[in-house]
Amino acid sequence: MTTTSWKPTAKEIVEKAELFTSGHRACAGCGPAIALRQVMKATRGPTIVTNATGCMEVVSTIYPYTAWKVPWIHTAFENVAANASGIEAALKAMKRKGRLAHENIDVIAFAGDGGTFDIGIQALSGAVERGHDFLYVLYDNEAYMNTGIQRSGSTPHGASTTTSPAGRVIPGKLQYKKPIADIMVAHEIPYVATASIAYWQDLLVKARRGLETEGPAFMHIFTPCPRGWRYDTSKTIEIARLGVETCIFPLWETIDGEYNLSPQSKIFALKPERKKKISGYLKMQRRFKHLFRPKFKHVIDEIQHRVDERWNRLLKRCNMTQSD
Amino acid sequence: MNKTLKGWKDIPIAGVCWKPATQYLTGDWKTFKPIHDAEKCTKCLLCPMICPDSAIKWNQTNEEIEFDYDFCKGCGICANECPADAIKMVREGGE
Amino acid sequence: MAVAQQKTLAMNGDEAVALAVKQSDVDVVAAYPITPQTIIVERLSEYVANGEVETEFVCTESEHSALTACLAASATGARTFTASASAGLALMHEILYVTSGCRAPVVMAIANRALSAPINIHCDHSDSMVERDSCWIQIYAENSQETYDSMIQSFRIAEHLQVLLPVMVCLDAFVLSHTLENVQILADETVRKFVGVRQFPLVMGHEGKEVPFKLDPNNPITMGPLDLHDYYFEHKRQQEEAMKIAPRIIKEIHEEFSRISGRKYGNGLIEAYRLEDADIATVCVGSTAGTTKTVVDHLRTKGTKAGLLRLRTFRPLPLTEIMGALENVKALAIMDRSNSFGGSGGPIYHEIRHSMYDAPTHPHIVNYIYGLGGRDMPPTTILNIYKDLQEILQTKKVKRDVQFAGVRQ
Repeated sequence: MTTTSWKPTAKEIVEKAELFTSGHRACAGCGPAIALRQVMKATRGPTIVTNATGCMEVVSTIYPYTAWKVPWIHTAFENVAANASGIEAALKAMKRKGRLAHENIDVIAFAGDGGTFDIGIQALSGAVERGHDFLYVLYDNEAYMNTGIQRSGSTPHGASTTTSPAGRVIPGKLQYKKPIADIMVAHEIPYVATASIAYWQDLLVKARRGLETEGPAFMHIFTPCPRGWRYDTSKTIEIARLGVETCIFPLWETIDGEYNLSPQSKIFALKPERKKKISGYLKMQRRFKHLFRPKFKHVIDEIQHRVDERWNRLLKRCNMTQSD
Repeated sequence: MNKTLKGWKDIPIAGVCWKPATQYLTGDWKTFKPIHDAEKCTKCLLCPMICPDSAIKWNQTNEEIEFDYDFCKGCGICANECPADAIKMVREGGE
Repeated sequence: MAVAQQKTLAMNGDEAVALAVKQSDVDVVAAYPITPQTIIVERLSEYVANGEVETEFVCTESEHSALTACLAASATGARTFTASASAGLALMHEILYVTSGCRAPVVMAIANRALSAPINIHCDHSDSMVERDSCWIQIYAENSQETYDSMIQSFRIAEHLQVLLPVMVCLDAFVLSHTLENVQILADETVRKFVGVRQFPLVMGHEGKEVPFKLDPNNPITMGPLDLHDYYFEHKRQQEEAMKIAPRIIKEIHEEFSRISGRKYGNGLIEAYRLEDADIATVCVGSTAGTTKTVVDHLRTKGTKAGLLRLRTFRPLPLTEIMGALENVKALAIMDRSNSFGGSGGPIYHEIRHSMYDAPTHPHIVNYIYGLGGRDMPPTTILNIYKDLQEILQTKKVKRDVQFAGVRQ
């Protein structure tokens, strides 16, 4: 695939119309809402959006209001990739029959971690295997926030949620986060990227690449949630940035299966001493508060260990090694 | 029964939305509001990129940052992130 | 309009469905194979592979995604088709409601098959009957010819601007889906002209103007929002209204089709067979009606005033027509090829009995659950049911109101 040469300037982007508008009812400081805004700023022309059931669907289309300036459809929770498949198939057929007014219409599917890691993975796997031309955007806030902070396959080890509560015996979620982006790479699709709302330019360029990709593209965006992660609403971007700086959420992309570390993460491969400890990241979020009790302190070490392990594996995939 | 709401004959089929969300003001959610210091502002344009509510506008005519208090929910991300320290949060009804 | 030229082809019900889809200018087919519907998707795949259609065929990873893809394609403006049966239809259950709620005129063929467990691939109506509340129009075909004809009519019914509801055309597993029959086929161009190009109503969008009801970047609309207690009920009321209008449209389109095909199925909603002076009658849907007609004819030669009412549409349920057709019947047997466990008999029984409540005279009504999991329904079993009715006619007494016909003790 070709990679975009598009390097948007801040001025160009702020002057571009909002396709996901004000008046949506996301919580103050919502990370996913920032992700949607940023992705929609990367569109290149006529676009149809489909949304899985989840926070962003609910907050953006409370009848009779809609925050969408593009054609938009929601049907259910587990099937957003099938929505995208159907839209794309319809566009192809109508174009073939001369019934489409546009030369090209991009299709974007938005889903949260529940709709992607868990209930929606079958439809997602099927849609990308079939090779539909669409961009799938996962906004990952690491739990079922829409229904009140229940654990998902994305919830990190040690996090307390309402279905993996930190109790006297159990220190929050016992399992580790599913490596969803690597699972998508294993589907051998042309484009996979991770992105963070703290690095808007990187995110926009990746979204544009995903849209320009012929065939399925997958983007995993790290979107902190003040309500579910239990931090002050002003810290959303700070925590998103810390996710990258601690390497618990490194930024990378694969083009035709080749892993490339993005510059924001590459710095920590080149200068490992700059990589921050995970404890500072955990400390900022009250979903991990219990880990700082003496009884559960070992969990922090376990998390650090797993972060390092995954980071080193990523570096190998990117043909880099950490020299510490 | 609420007589101000439309009946089934008067609304589009299938739940098609007929009002833009921009008619639904979220500005009254906030307890703190951001105050912009034009003197300190370097116009780096970071704040409009990271506002969840598109409530920070770039006024192309006078080339200034402007807050849209009709929609700002007062999260404080802009103040927290501003590299020039040009935004501070004050209690609603304060300054 | 003169009856169009037709040719006769030997084909099974599934092939008849596939051919109708091929001729109806369908844009998107999304489907997942399941016995006994598989032949439909196989034939459609062949049409695509041979370049005989411009249809986009999406071979999904599940029925849930198949119907979802059809729904989303339909919302985008495409004419869409899918097919399923049994467990596949059950997996679609959630999306059946979403499809009708989104007013997406998807057409689906159902090769009626029993639901598990134990697993069984043969005919009964459990799969589609359980979906009777999903706001899909349901047409039950008696034979492959009717299956073919109903498929073509269904695109027109579903896409009718006053209806805009999905339609399922039900054909009995194996009895119709896999059995060769002579089917009269219209020319491609005749069908194409009959179905026409899909039209879209105008709806008030969020930009203060009326726009076509589809996902179009030139006129963006939002479909499938969060709809709370303030408006959800109104949207459901709209769906009921569409179902109320549907009988008239179904009859009109059936009539229009009969003018090019020369074929009619009652009035398009019900088919009254030798009912005018009947004292005893049965009511059924699907292929059993064919066998029953033979039994009725036989009884008539013996002087018994027997008749049959076949429901072609179960949704919408043509209440007035049913009451009119049965007004002189004195003993009535309702045949259900599915059961409502723990209820009082099968779904058709419930509804016919209910519709007779307002009739000036009430016949004795009994219910026979029959043919579950493909259990054969031979003429002798049907004859016994009519004998039971004769006894009821004479004694004016119903011994048991719900019985199982054809099950071993």
